Amino acid sequence: MAEPVAAALPDDGATGSVRALLGNPRVVFGGAIVLLLVTVALLADVLAPADPLAQDLLYSYLPPFWLEGAEPGYWLGTDSLGRDILSRLIHAARVALVVAVIAATATALIGTTLGLLAGFYGRWVDTVVSRLIDIWMAFPPVLLSIVLVAVLGAGLHSVIIAIAVIDWTRFARVVRAEVMVQREQDYVASAVVIGLGRWRTLTGEILPNVLPLLITLFTLEMGIAIIVEAILSFVGLSMASDFPTWGGMIAEGRQVIHQAWWLMAFPIAVLIVVVIALNMLGDGLRQVLDPVLRR
Amino acid sequence: MSRAQLLRRLLLTIPTLFGVALIVFILLRVVPGDPIAMMLPPGAGEEDIARLRALYGLDRPILEQFLVWLGDAIGGDFGNSISLRQDVLSLVFSRLPATLELAFVAVVLAILLGTSMALVGVYGARRLPEWIVDAVNGVLLAIPDFLWGLVFILAVVVLGWGLPISGRIDPRLDIDWATQFWILESIVRLDVDTLGVLLRHILLPAIALALPLAAIITRVLKASLMEAMAQDYVQMARLKGLSRGRIIVREALRNAAIPTVTLTGVQLTFLVGGTVLIERIFAYQGIGNMAIDAVINRDLPLIQGLILTFAVLFIVINLAVDLTYAALNPRLRRG
Repeated sequence: MAEPVAAALPDDGATGSVRALLGNPRVVFGGAIVLLLVTVALLADVLAPADPLAQDLLYSYLPPFWLEGAEPGYWLGTDSLGRDILSRLIHAARVALVVAVIAATATALIGTTLGLLAGFYGRWVDTVVSRLIDIWMAFPPVLLSIVLVAVLGAGLHSVIIAIAVIDWTRFARVVRAEVMVQREQDYVASAVVIGLGRWRTLTGEILPNVLPLLITLFTLEMGIAIIVEAILSFVGLSMASDFPTWGGMIAEGRQVIHQAWWLMAFPIAVLIVVVIALNMLGDGLRQVLDPVLRR
Repeated sequence: MSRAQLLRRLLLTIPTLFGVALIVFILLRVVPGDPIAMMLPPGAGEEDIARLRALYGLDRPILEQFLVWLGDAIGGDFGNSISLRQDVLSLVFSRLPATLELAFVAVVLAILLGTSMALVGVYGARRLPEWIVDAVNGVLLAIPDFLWGLVFILAVVVLGWGLPISGRIDPRLDIDWATQFWILESIVRLDVDTLGVLLRHILLPAIALALPLAAIITRVLKASLMEAMAQDYVQMARLKGLSRGRIIVREALRNAAIPTVTLTGVQLTFLVGGTVLIERIFAYQGIGNMAIDAVINRDLPLIQGLILTFAVLFIVINLAVDLTYAALNPRLRRG
């Protein structure tokens, strides 16, 4: 019987897997940008040149530094209330990261648990979970998240709940299918033969083998969570409007796009870079961790 | 798909729809936040609240409320919209054609774009064309329709693309036609000018919706084509002296179509779900935009009706994909 952890990693152990990760350009590039995002979010107070909430109506709608009329110190210009856009972008990274990590964790927990149970136990458990997935897939996700947040009340916690409640099917579907494949493998039969209980087999043997898949899904889910937060801010349902979020900044910018296009352009650019980075990281991790793809 | 299987699939949609209806119903009533408080402006008197509660039957137990609503809904009565003071069903039908036209144009664009990208990638395999297709597709796969919509609006304003970014039609044009399928009707009426205006309005929202689906079609179709190219019958065709382009289109494409339909069909529902936000961004007057307004106005009956409409759309799409798959796959055709 293979050690479950060893089965998930390349044959030459932990150092080999680190080398494999660093040898994958997608992992390196995506990971670097995600690391940068984390650093910016953690050091927002130090890095931001100005208070993101400080208004100065004398300096409203300043353009970014390369355009005529820019003021030194306001690198990316200011918004309608004269608040520094760069500082707001930096502080909004914090919200994005918090949502990404917590929402993806909650989504993964719900989805993985249901997927594991449905895939491993089969029968009525599978029937119930599969029906639930069917029903969930029949909901328009964006609309449901908007309804949920409207019902729960605007705020970051509602956004996180909405993401987890709606997106668990993504994990459940994939994990269920994977567990069904794993269940038929020899190592599961061996685990049963040596007398491990069903629960021990599920958590100790099968779970580690779906872990690579979960890491990939988690990375992608972080990207989805950041987008959903931006969408809800855009519709006006995420944070209080004075607190900077990328989606909120886009929504403000959309209204004054003809006077000051840069208000909308910078948060969109940041979102695109972050989402592409998370996708590359997820893709790269899948290539490195998936034993089938690795061959 | 045999007749029995089809019947089974059709019957299974009933519990799904029932589940959707029940969840929406409970969600809007049980979770903190009184629906009546949602309907009335802040500061409404106790009496008003009680009267409204009785008017909408909200003073009765939830299960009873649900059964009453369900009974009415089966008879085609989805109640009245609170904010628009009209019957929900006629409101949905007045806006649904706009959304269907948007989704249809988007799907056609996605198929055209996705297929051409896959063909270019396979024709130029292991050379520059494939690398370009892969790089472009990597970006397309990552960016959701919401961001594309915003990027296009930005591009129109900053770069001066001469395309409309708001609404379904020029507000100066007043259309009073028999149906709400304006694009279809303008074709039937041979009204080329109006058709042009409509197409210019639908172009950017449709492309925004189409790009993510096109990316998935490209990925799946390209992989299937590559696989098909390695098969015996393709080698045979090559021996017969057919050109590479001809082999790809005539021989490989037909066989690669089956996995592509199966794997991308599911994504169609994501495209239709995406209309909600894209319609909002482009101020396009379909059911998605109406749904967001309904949520903002706390219009309970309308929200319920619209979510159920989307659920029916999703279920119909999935059924259609299954049937297409069965029709395409000769092994399943016999049933």
